[in-house]
Amino acid sequence: MNPEQQYIDLFVRYEAMICQHSAGVLNAQRAKAFASFEQSGFPDKKQEQYKYTDIAKLFEPDYGLNLNRLDIPVNPHEVFKCDVPNMSTALYFVVNDTFYKEQLPKSFLPEGVLLGSLKEMAESHPDLVKNYYGQLADSSKDAVTAVNTMFAQDGFFIYVPDWVVVEKPLQLINILRSTVDFMVNRRVLIVLGKGAQLRLLVCDHTMDDVNFLATQVCEVYAGEGSVLDLYEMEETNMSSTRISNMYVRQEADSNVLINGVTLTNGSTRNRTEVVLAGKGAEISLNGMAIADKDQHVDNSTFIDHAASDCTSTELFKYVLDDESTGAFAGKVLVRPGAQKTSSQQTNRNLCATRKARMFTQPQLEIYADDVKCSHGATVGQLDETSLFYMRSRGIPEREARLLLMFAFVNEVIDNIRIDALRERLHLLVEKRFRGELNRCKGCENCK
Amino acid sequence: MKKGNNLIKKFTKEKYKYGFTTDVHTDIIEKGLSEDVIRLISFKKEEPEWLLELRLKAYRHWLTLEMPTWAHLTIPEIDYQAISYYADPRQKKKGPKSIEEVDPELLKTFNKLGIPLEEQLALSGMAVDAVMDSVSVKTTFKETLLDKGIIFCSFSEAVREHPDLVRKYLGTVVGYRDNFFAALNSAVFSDGSFVYIPKGVRCPMELSTYFRINAANTGQFERTLIVADDDSYVSYLEGCTAPMRDENQLHAAIVEIMVHDRAEVKYSTVQNWYPGDAEGKGGVFNFVTKRGNCKGVNSKLSWTQVETGSAITWKYPSCILTGDNSSAEFYSVAVTNNYQQADTGTKMIHLGNNTKSTIISKGISAGHSQNSYRGLVRVAEKTIGARNYSQCDSLLLGDKCGAHTFPYMDVHNETAVVEHEATTSKISEDQLFYCNQRGIKTEDAIGLIVNGYAKEVINKLPMEFAVEAQKLLAVSLEGSVG
Repeated sequence: MNPEQQYIDLFVRYEAMICQHSAGVLNAQRAKAFASFEQSGFPDKKQEQYKYTDIAKLFEPDYGLNLNRLDIPVNPHEVFKCDVPNMSTALYFVVNDTFYKEQLPKSFLPEGVLLGSLKEMAESHPDLVKNYYGQLADSSKDAVTAVNTMFAQDGFFIYVPDWVVVEKPLQLINILRSTVDFMVNRRVLIVLGKGAQLRLLVCDHTMDDVNFLATQVCEVYAGEGSVLDLYEMEETNMSSTRISNMYVRQEADSNVLINGVTLTNGSTRNRTEVVLAGKGAEISLNGMAIADKDQHVDNSTFIDHAASDCTSTELFKYVLDDESTGAFAGKVLVRPGAQKTSSQQTNRNLCATRKARMFTQPQLEIYADDVKCSHGATVGQLDETSLFYMRSRGIPEREARLLLMFAFVNEVIDNIRIDALRERLHLLVEKRFRGELNRCKGCENCK
Repeated sequence: MKKGNNLIKKFTKEKYKYGFTTDVHTDIIEKGLSEDVIRLISFKKEEPEWLLELRLKAYRHWLTLEMPTWAHLTIPEIDYQAISYYADPRQKKKGPKSIEEVDPELLKTFNKLGIPLEEQLALSGMAVDAVMDSVSVKTTFKETLLDKGIIFCSFSEAVREHPDLVRKYLGTVVGYRDNFFAALNSAVFSDGSFVYIPKGVRCPMELSTYFRINAANTGQFERTLIVADDDSYVSYLEGCTAPMRDENQLHAAIVEIMVHDRAEVKYSTVQNWYPGDAEGKGGVFNFVTKRGNCKGVNSKLSWTQVETGSAITWKYPSCILTGDNSSAEFYSVAVTNNYQQADTGTKMIHLGNNTKSTIISKGISAGHSQNSYRGLVRVAEKTIGARNYSQCDSLLLGDKCGAHTFPYMDVHNETAVVEHEATTSKISEDQLFYCNQRGIKTEDAIGLIVNGYAKEVINKLPMEFAVEAQKLLAVSLEGSVG
């Protein structure tokens, strides 16, 4: 059976059950997504956008799905203690794709902020969710988005109304938990009104050693003058596959910072599409990946400068060890009339072994003349001269290598705007390099 | 500066200077493409059996292919059956023996083009193999070159006189299965140039070909094969023009270069095919496959191109660095104006150890044109110590044009160092202000800045070409600024 058929059959057979355990707003989009998926199927590697990740192969294995929404017995508060110290975040959990409702943090959320399960919010505030759900994520353009839209039943929703500032950083932990090979279709919706501010840290963890396939579609609306910091940290295991599509729309003068860190994983594919729709919007898109064994990390970004006076900066760094594969594709489109655009893209990569592979593909497509756009990409190894310098001063080679690698990725970590998180990441990255973080076991060794 | 400005004015008034057609008796075969047409071409050229076989194999393979669509270009559908695949501007009788025998009309054409075909132009030191439409008309300086053992002749002549060499190298760098246009060319190629530099010989002069599409409705499918044996050196120039016509003409050529141990080849192109008029009507489709194989150790290959013409340019002169310590360079200036489109760049495939490559690409777009750089740097798994530096800059003149970069880097080995940098911007206000402040008019200032911007590449061209290239730059951009 080809991989598409599996999902087509599944959907045809269980559509009623999927809908029964979800909300009307989510159900309304399924038919359209199914139609486009049935027509296009999974992209093959000939498609430019999926050149470096074989999507069909990732979807091929037979995964279980919890369409009937059976309760998975777990208390994340008990098994999960990996709080970022000194950061005092408000902690929320999504187990597989279900928002964990018990023991919600008692921390104060400003008035008007809506936070919780996407399914429940869609039931209690259907008009609000309807305005945003599926408006950016176009199923006809991406098969993964289509599959997610077909099967997604729940997820995370946050709405920050106009002029409301959420002072305390929020932390959302995605936990993958199952005793059999398992597929999760998670949906995230983040809406910021005019002048709203939010800092959100999202961490991915796996609890079990079975094979996981997690698809995530995240839609982000940043209203006029809003400020959003979104950090994504992946610490899953070698048998996890993460395919994430993030869609961001920014209105005038909004400021968004996205920082995606891949520390441990199996196969990861992150696609980020940003539309700078309003004048003066600013996006800083960062990413970092440390990969060894046969990890695969593919970051694909697309920034659409649709309005004038917008700024975009991108910085992606990879450290590849063993037989790992890294890919970066970044496209910047400057539409006609998007004058005074400033765009900068940097991708730097370290290959530590002969078997590690890096593919990088920065792209610029520019249709306006008063712009300043640049991109730079390098692939290389550690600087021999610096290594020699350190060794001649008595630093052992291994230590010197670690120091240099650490300095290399530091640039990405330094873009983080939460002090405590930055320090925490310094520590995590160092541990990762020392091989003490090959597998995060409920994070007991992080403390 | 004053002089430069006059030059611009002069050229714009003339519009496309090379847009004349020569009234020479042309032997054109029927439009259309089939196995019979290929047999006919082969028969007319009195080719050996193996070459016909190769053509037919290529044709059969071509039939299985579809026109690729990945380039950042809008190409109107091409009816391959509406093209005549062979035009012979040669007289019915056998080829001319001396200058007097060459058709005076033809000579006039070349004089207009400023080609030193006649002996008295020997001082300019070039040996020209002029390819007009499909058959090579006359090769100059042949005797001088023969003394050194250098073979520089038309492709058909090479097939007749040096069949072993041709057979040994033809299709080894660009096989007929390579791509759509390579297959088409391999099936129907009519003529071109063949160069062989023997061991240890340094070619004393620059070899030069001039391609020109003359007859209407004919495509030009020339084939160039350059072989540089051990320790040899050659610099090869190629210039292209086409007469002004309303309909599009197709040009799909193949250039193959084989570089042996310690040899060096410099290949320079000034491409000035008819770009179409200001409304984007007509012009040449330039779909070319150019590739060199640095097969020997310490071999070196350098591509320099100035692309100002063609309605659509689609070419990627590339290098396969097979030999250890071999190095390759690619220097390019691509100028597009009005409704021209260009998708050009290079491929550097590092297979040998300690191989080096440099890519410098400068794109200038004006009017409604679209200009793309597309490049691939690939380091194979077993290649140790490969080094690449790429720089591609784009300059935008006007707010309706586009400049794009699509670089690919595939690195499969940790010892490789690959760097890529790209910038896109319009002319810096600061530089303009600086010039204005010193009494230089904006238009002149832009001319100055553009010339300086392309200098890095133009400096790599041989003298004769550098002058022409500079003029072409000025002409191509006239009217697009200010």
